Amino acid sequence: MALLDVKNLGISFGGLRAVNAFDISIEKEELYGLIGPNGAGKTTVFNLLTGVYKPDSGKVLLDRKDITGKKTIEISKAGIARTFQNIRLFKKLSVLDNVKAGLHNKHHYSTVEGILRLPRYRRVEKEMDEKAMELLKVFDLEKYAHIDAANLPYGQQRRLEIARALATEPKLLLLDEPAAGMNPNETGELMDMIRFVREEFHMTILLIEHDMKLVSGICERLTVLNFGEMLAQGGTSDVLNDPQVITAYLGE
Amino acid sequence: MSGMLKKMSKNTKNSLITYGIVIAAYVIMQVLISAGSISSLLEGLMVPLCYYIILAVSLNLVVGILGELSLGHAGFMCIGAFSSAFFSKCMRDVITVDIVRFLLALLIGIVVAAIFGILIGIPVLRLKGDYLAIVTLAFGEIIKNLVNVLYIGKDSNGFHFSTKDAMALNMEPDGMVIVNGPQGITGTPKDATFLIGFILILITLFIVLNLINSRDGRAIMSIRDNRIAAESIGINITKYKLMAFTISAALAGAAGVLYAHNLSTLTATTNNFGYNQSIMILVFVVLGGIGNIRGSIIAAVILTLLPELLRGLDDYRMLIYAVVLIVMMLFNWAPKAIEWRERHLRFGKRKKEAVQ
Repeated sequence: MALLDVKNLGISFGGLRAVNAFDISIEKEELYGLIGPNGAGKTTVFNLLTGVYKPDSGKVLLDRKDITGKKTIEISKAGIARTFQNIRLFKKLSVLDNVKAGLHNKHHYSTVEGILRLPRYRRVEKEMDEKAMELLKVFDLEKYAHIDAANLPYGQQRRLEIARALATEPKLLLLDEPAAGMNPNETGELMDMIRFVREEFHMTILLIEHDMKLVSGICERLTVLNFGEMLAQGGTSDVLNDPQVITAYLGE
Repeated sequence: MSGMLKKMSKNTKNSLITYGIVIAAYVIMQVLISAGSISSLLEGLMVPLCYYIILAVSLNLVVGILGELSLGHAGFMCIGAFSSAFFSKCMRDVITVDIVRFLLALLIGIVVAAIFGILIGIPVLRLKGDYLAIVTLAFGEIIKNLVNVLYIGKDSNGFHFSTKDAMALNMEPDGMVIVNGPQGITGTPKDATFLIGFILILITLFIVLNLINSRDGRAIMSIRDNRIAAESIGINITKYKLMAFTISAALAGAAGVLYAHNLSTLTATTNNFGYNQSIMILVFVVLGGIGNIRGSIIAAVILTLLPELLRGLDDYRMLIYAVVLIVMMLFNWAPKAIEWRERHLRFGKRKKEAVQ
């Protein structure tokens, strides 16, 4: 059984069918790519999977659990984390606190314990600090731990977003154009990092990307969307050589 | 000692400095008062100073930490003031130990204000930005006007309510009017002291600063910085918005209790519980720096003392506020000012880091 199993997913905005009959099945620890021209509905698929929009048809199963139409918070707790196309960090929080916010649902103490600084507050905060620093080390961000997230360089902001998403200990990680705005060097580093995350955390990753070098370099399977419809699906090289995909998206 | 200081996080250090400033200011004022080198006018301002500080700090929790604009803070203060004054007047002859009666009144003021905070917060916090500001503004006005038409009396048969006039209460001859419409509540015991106000400030700071530096505070600030991202990592937006709003309302209620027990006559007018007051509290927060708790305290002190010290300029008080607000807005938002600040503050920070 696949980790993520989506059947016949769809949503309309007014008269526009933004996503129609979308099927996808992702195995554990797979690196899966979602590609297509601008406005094809890729980010809409992410928003449907994470509960930002409620689908008006179809079913989403994560690890055999039905999460169709659930709220974003419940889906986060069920194990889907994401990053955003336009980076969404907590800008006025420190880099460390951004990751600690991601640990929110994994480490608990009550409001009263927090205000009165009871022993449990100290213990749990220490755990959170250690866990967050570990994650920052993985992404080579530990030297920035105490500066505001807004002051991080662009590339590091993207990394911090991934670190924050991983802090929620997801089963599935959704990356929305992780290489957007990066130069070829940075994209190369990012590819290594995504591979590393998959190995290190045994993570299943679904990513949206326009950079074909990245897509063909790391994705095992692809789905191509065009005008909300699935154009092709399968192994990366098969899909990229599909004449339909070449006409609609890649160009001759 | 310096090793210990280094070990502490930046936040802890900042909090300690804030406590230190408040305690030092209190000690200095107490010394000056006991030495008799302060005018009675200024001495009379000490309790108001305390409740203005509490109001500013608690509003900063909503405006600066949660990032929502609330213009009804005086409404919660009004609720705290009237509910506690009502209790104190009823219990004046029953509980004769002043401090016990005051503490109970304080508890009642806080709890009633918190309940209203939840009741108002549930529908209102679905709104954002300007809309939230308008609705909270309306709430403050509604509370003030409701209190002005409220008549409550007590006789041997129990409590009587009316919204018409004192005669409509239909009381026995032994009855006593407690809340008398626009005349409000008279004869509230004057239990509030500078010491009590000072302790309440410390408790307010303790709650607000510790909340900010906890798991819940991080959740609240993450909503402020990016609601969509906060939701995506599983933070319950409604819960934490309501938490910040309710704690803020409860603390405003405590300020109201202090206010009510500093005067023998409590009435609800535009000046004390109307939008003027809400705006003035907001001015403290904006002037002190949105999200900066220590700044709120300093701004509240300066803006409360200044008009009294420059009594001759009293007519220009609101004018001064307006000008100060405009200057602060420019300082906070004008590109040139930001550039200047960034350059100088960054430089300072870098120097500090190098020293460490």
